[in-house]
Amino acid sequence: MFKLFKYLKWQEWILLIVAIGFVGLQVFCNVSLPQCTLEISNYFQSGDLSGNYNGLILTCLKMLGYTAGVILSAICASFIASYVVTHLLARVRGKIFAKVNSFSAREINKFSIPSLITRSTNDISQLQQVLTTLITLGFNAPLTATFAIINIVKLSSENGAQTLSWVNIVSVLAISIVVILIMMLAVPKFKTIQKTTDELNKVTRENLTGLKVVRANGAEKSQEAKFDKVNNRFAKIDLFIGKVMSIIEPSLTLIMQGTSLAIVWIVGLLAQTNPATIALMGSFTQYSTFIIMSFTSLSVLFMFVPRGIISGRRINEILDTELSLVDGKGATATKQGTVEFKNVSFRYPDADENVLENISFTVNQGETVAFIGSTGSGKSTLINLIPRFYDCTDGEILIGGNPIKEYKQSQLHDMIGYVPQKGLLFSGTISENVRYGKENASKEEIDKAIEISQSSFVYSFPEGLDYMVARGGKNLSGGQKQRLSIARAIIKNPDILIFDDSFSALDYKTDKVVRENLDKEYSGTTKIIVAQRIGTIMNSDKIIVLDEGKMVGIGTHKELMADCEVYQQIALSQLSKEELEND
Amino acid sequence: MTKKEKQKISLPPRPKVKNFKGTLKLLFSELSQHKFALVFAFIFAISSAVLVIVGPRILNDMMEVIIPTAGGGSKIAEITKYGIIILSMYVLAWFLNYFQGFLLNKISVSISKNLRTKLSKKINRLPLKYFDNHSYGDLLSRVTNDVDNVGFTLSRTLSSLITSAVMLIGMPIVMFTINWQLTLIALLQLPIALIIVFFVVKNNQKYFVGQQKELGNVNGYIEENFSAHNVVKAFNGEQKAEEEFGDINNRLRSTSRKAQFFSGLMHPIVNFTSNLVYVLICIVGASLAIKSNSPTFLATIITFMTYTKLFNQPISQIGTIFGNLQSTVASAERVFEFINEGEELDESFKNAIIENVKGKVEFKNVNFGYLPDKQIIHNFNFTALPGEKIAIVGQTGAGKTTIVNLLMRFYEVDDGEILIDGVSTKDLNRTYVRSLFGMVLQDTWLFEGTVKENLRFGNPNASDEEIVSACKLANVDHFIRTEPKGYDMILGEESNISAGQKQLLTIARAMVQNAPMLILDEATSSVDTRTEILIQTAMDRLTEGRTSFVIAHRLSTIKNADKIIVMKDGNIVEVGTHQQLLDANGVYTELYNSQFEDGEDF
Repeated sequence: MFKLFKYLKWQEWILLIVAIGFVGLQVFCNVSLPQCTLEISNYFQSGDLSGNYNGLILTCLKMLGYTAGVILSAICASFIASYVVTHLLARVRGKIFAKVNSFSAREINKFSIPSLITRSTNDISQLQQVLTTLITLGFNAPLTATFAIINIVKLSSENGAQTLSWVNIVSVLAISIVVILIMMLAVPKFKTIQKTTDELNKVTRENLTGLKVVRANGAEKSQEAKFDKVNNRFAKIDLFIGKVMSIIEPSLTLIMQGTSLAIVWIVGLLAQTNPATIALMGSFTQYSTFIIMSFTSLSVLFMFVPRGIISGRRINEILDTELSLVDGKGATATKQGTVEFKNVSFRYPDADENVLENISFTVNQGETVAFIGSTGSGKSTLINLIPRFYDCTDGEILIGGNPIKEYKQSQLHDMIGYVPQKGLLFSGTISENVRYGKENASKEEIDKAIEISQSSFVYSFPEGLDYMVARGGKNLSGGQKQRLSIARAIIKNPDILIFDDSFSALDYKTDKVVRENLDKEYSGTTKIIVAQRIGTIMNSDKIIVLDEGKMVGIGTHKELMADCEVYQQIALSQLSKEELEND
Repeated sequence: MTKKEKQKISLPPRPKVKNFKGTLKLLFSELSQHKFALVFAFIFAISSAVLVIVGPRILNDMMEVIIPTAGGGSKIAEITKYGIIILSMYVLAWFLNYFQGFLLNKISVSISKNLRTKLSKKINRLPLKYFDNHSYGDLLSRVTNDVDNVGFTLSRTLSSLITSAVMLIGMPIVMFTINWQLTLIALLQLPIALIIVFFVVKNNQKYFVGQQKELGNVNGYIEENFSAHNVVKAFNGEQKAEEEFGDINNRLRSTSRKAQFFSGLMHPIVNFTSNLVYVLICIVGASLAIKSNSPTFLATIITFMTYTKLFNQPISQIGTIFGNLQSTVASAERVFEFINEGEELDESFKNAIIENVKGKVEFKNVNFGYLPDKQIIHNFNFTALPGEKIAIVGQTGAGKTTIVNLLMRFYEVDDGEILIDGVSTKDLNRTYVRSLFGMVLQDTWLFEGTVKENLRFGNPNASDEEIVSACKLANVDHFIRTEPKGYDMILGEESNISAGQKQLLTIARAMVQNAPMLILDEATSSVDTRTEILIQTAMDRLTEGRTSFVIAHRLSTIKNADKIIVMKDGNIVEVGTHQQLLDANGVYTELYNSQFEDGEDF
């Protein structure tokens, strides 16, 4: 958590010190108040109030001054603290965002996207609470307690009433014991309840994702019984925690009341022999209130800070991640649109086996190359190596005649038009989404991209190209999103187009028309396709068949039908024998 | 879609409350089930508050005893007597206080548990229509976050509401018995503090809502960007994204700063007003003491000092109570909203059954639309004879599952009826209708439990032998046996069995169920070739002799089907056999040829 302080600017460091200064001032004014009470008590004790009336008024004015000092310095401290903390954390959030943007798929997968989101929102909010509290309360409570204890010890020894200091020591001990005991009992249960919450979530989600199956099988009762089991367990732990936590408040009240009673009681006994001690009653009661309050807030802080430390650690994990990709120095393509794999192998970090093994092939400009294979054969992984979403473990990949590691990533990406597996769009208008591929694209260029990608459905919206795509593209169907993401890629007019299983969401007919359009309009562009359907790739110049990470066939549809067993199997599973023989 | 993507990250709820009073009423009706415990908790709370108030008053008497006797005659016995009385009062207050906390906690735990059970039961009673436009993430958040929030704040709000009320009323009364002038001054704090507190709370609320809203924006932007990370990279969009994010982030920073600042003000301000009053009491008290010339007045001043501090408690809690109440009601509203959604009609009175089901299914003049103003099935008539295989075809998103939804009565037809062996499904119990169909969907849902438990899902009485023979037919027996625990292997989200094996297990499940009719969604390409062949043969075995509705993807299925239903844009556009449809040269022909032409190019 404290590591994040390195992102403070020097001005903010100064502000922070000023804020702590204000906290100190606040404490000083606050602790001076019982001093005034003592003075007033002494006036009373002297028995000559009227004679000391002016002094009394002066003391009261002093108190007013201190009171004003407390509130003003508290406001200033709070203002500065909230300023510094929110500025620091907004900066940290920006850094996280930029850092994640520079991540490769490897790092993203290490954290998982939901976790990255939680870290940049929930964890930061958590830290905001903890840090502000820490700056204000964290300095306030120990300072107050120290001042108060010093004053009490001093006063009691001056007046021969050391017993009174002991009262405070006992009450501080009592608070510590109560808090420690409760923490020991409750904290392990906090973890359990968090886990049980996860289980509640799991059971509920299971029911939700299987709604139709549950109802089709009339198994509502058994799902509910499952939920009840977890729910009962949850309630039991919840009840236990409640029981334990209910002890805290009454106990703190009792300790506080007990302390003031003890002070009066002891003063009463001491006063039998030493009347001067009576004047101490008021200020001592006040001091001990301060001490008890400080310890209470400190114990709250102790429960609070670990949460901040955990959040801080989670954030630092992101910021300290070393990037696995090193940007190249920059290069210019000499053989535009060519792709060459030289003995490429790839394995995921921490995996025992290669996902891709010794892959070599060459693609010439304007060729269409397709990859096919069963799930887990490595075809998506393979094409994700081309835009350097991952770096290959062994071997070399060349694009445009140069190894891809020599290009700057931005240069590399400029050469490539990428269509992802799912049609990921951004919230914004249709034209903004298509323009994502080419910022200054003209209306004509957009219309053309839309036509080629068979996205003309957009013209049936009343807003046309200004139709707002909702977050996550919820207001478009899967096929519509996919078509628009094709439009976005082709408007770039790149050397190489990559389709990561992009045609599966399209029906056969659209699939076919889009591919025909691409062949016509982008004949000079190299096209690399991952597909599931034989129909999608039958006409490719080259088909590469992958099986468990190895290349088991390369050639045209006809060649492969003749000599590649895996390919035959795939073909047969999708088309019946006579349909294939028809060809 | 993977499970992770479905589970949307949701922020802690803090929406505007739509119906404050109504929700409060529902909350009270939940509370009223615990009347007895509640009454006791209230009595305890009131008594303990009274003791807290009376304590300093007796302490005041004790001090008055101490002060004049100072240095004089011994009054140790009397001091001790007072001390013991007060101490026992405080100890009694501890017990009362603890038990009221204990009871209220018990009540709130029981209410939360109850609400969760209601929510869970509700999920299975809502028409599926409901889930079309409600996200799972939101619902999950209601079951956990919102119920938690109701439980957590309910006990605290109730307890501090009672204690604060008693203190606000009781304390002035006790103070008046000591000194009325000083009491009036002490009471000055109330209006001053209230005005300031309300001002702060109001501002705070405003900035807090703003902060949550901006946090939502940041969350949304981040989610979108991180999810599309590959796209952002491939299109060199990092720079642009960082700039856009910077703007949103700065907006969040500015509202956060204000919210944080104002929420830090409450405590110092209440403290300030009490200090102010305290100074006034000293000044006025001193002048009163001069007039009355009484040294015991010191005791009065100390007592009032204690009271002004005590008085802080209810005042500073007003803000907290207000905030908590707002948040409780907001969460409770979300919970009740779901609990009170319209359920499927109760059909427990329908207990007709069809003896010896043959499997004839008829659609008679069926009209249906997911939205009331958008009918997609118009006057549809169709008959499936016992044992026939009916293929449902159409492009992606053409609405093929609509037929399934109607057959299973997941959705009710708007007009017309569906008959099974001549009996209208409307006259049958919903659950019974569903039990007549076995279902294998692409979404291979299995629950966390053993293989056996999963297979028995639709037929709890199936014997082990039946299960094993079903698995053999479904080509999955071998796989199960190679696993360490065999049929007792635990399946769950984390279990690493492949999509294909899951599909086979769902086929086996349907076989165990042994229903007279079937609904099948053919496997798509997400499984490897070998498994796909296994799935096909298993499905073929399953459909033998059963009326089956197949959402078809493969040409061979379509061609072999006894009847084909062709769908487009949600509508049923053609019905007939393969040959009839080809002859009609309509949508089906186009669809059929589009996957065929590629081959003919060779």
